[in-house]
Amino acid sequence: MDIIQAAKFLGAGMATIAFVGSGIGIGIVFGNYISAALRNPGAAQSQFTNLYIGYALCELQGLFGLLIALILMFT
Amino acid sequence: MAASPMEQFEVVPLIPIHIGGFDISFTNQALWMCIAVVAASLFLTLPVARGRLVPTRMQSMAELSYQFVADMLHMTSGEEGLVFFPLIFTVFMFILTANFMGLIPGSFTVTSQIAVTFALTALVILTVIVSGFARHGLRFLKLFVLDAPIYIAAPMALLEFIAFCARPISLSLRLFANMLAGHTMLQVMAGFVVALIGAGGVLSALSIAPMLLIIGLGALEILVAFLQAYVFAILSCIYLSEALHLHEHH
Repeated sequence: MDIIQAAKFLGAGMATIAFVGSGIGIGIVFGNYISAALRNPGAAQSQFTNLYIGYALCELQGLFGLLIALILMFT
Repeated sequence: MAASPMEQFEVVPLIPIHIGGFDISFTNQALWMCIAVVAASLFLTLPVARGRLVPTRMQSMAELSYQFVADMLHMTSGEEGLVFFPLIFTVFMFILTANFMGLIPGSFTVTSQIAVTFALTALVILTVIVSGFARHGLRFLKLFVLDAPIYIAAPMALLEFIAFCARPISLSLRLFANMLAGHTMLQVMAGFVVALIGAGGVLSALSIAPMLLIIGLGALEILVAFLQAYVFAILSCIYLSEALHLHEHH
């Protein structure tokens, strides 16, 4: 049964790779928001909601990876 | 010996109650939820009870949080959305208080339990479905139909339906996973400090490094605690706004 346990831990570790995409996505969201806000500071405030929706959606993709890691570790 | 980083999320019964085979014990989670509700209620009622024209610091804090949520709801769902203000404001203040109180060392983070976050999400999603059907009747199902030719609209309707079903999962999972990950990280860093001090000699002096990291991460967690309450509230606003307006823009 050791091999199954080892495979679970390996799988849990690999599931955290999901955060690579999450990190790239959040970087793109905030980077583009700042560059757009510097071009047109007047419109920046109105897009604040969209900024955080984009952030939440990007972050969620990484959290699915975390969820899989947790399931592998604790079941 | 450092404790397991997951130990802080353990629900332990404080007053065991068993009725008819059901375990409805008063747990530490229930206790901290009660504390969160009382704290939020006191924060919002006591400072404004006097109702000064020139607000005190606490009064302006309470007024600011009210105005913040009202603006957010007005911006996303317009004038009609304000009927949902009590729901959104309650959910926002509860999550915010619970998140902040979870940051106090030794406390219990209520929002790190998926049962709690999913119950909050179910409240919001059921409100969306009930108010959508009450307002539009069966026209509410047009939420899934795009204004497009049938060979695009039919598969898209399926996708939209799956996306709608995934909303409660994503909304509850986001809050739960953020709180869980943040608090586990703090606990692991705290474990480093304990282990380094226990190692003795030069290594004890090195324990200052993870300690400084904990302070930085603690500041980050305060930001995350607010941000997750905000994201939860704003996504709830958007879902409710879709139920009110379907696809048309106000």
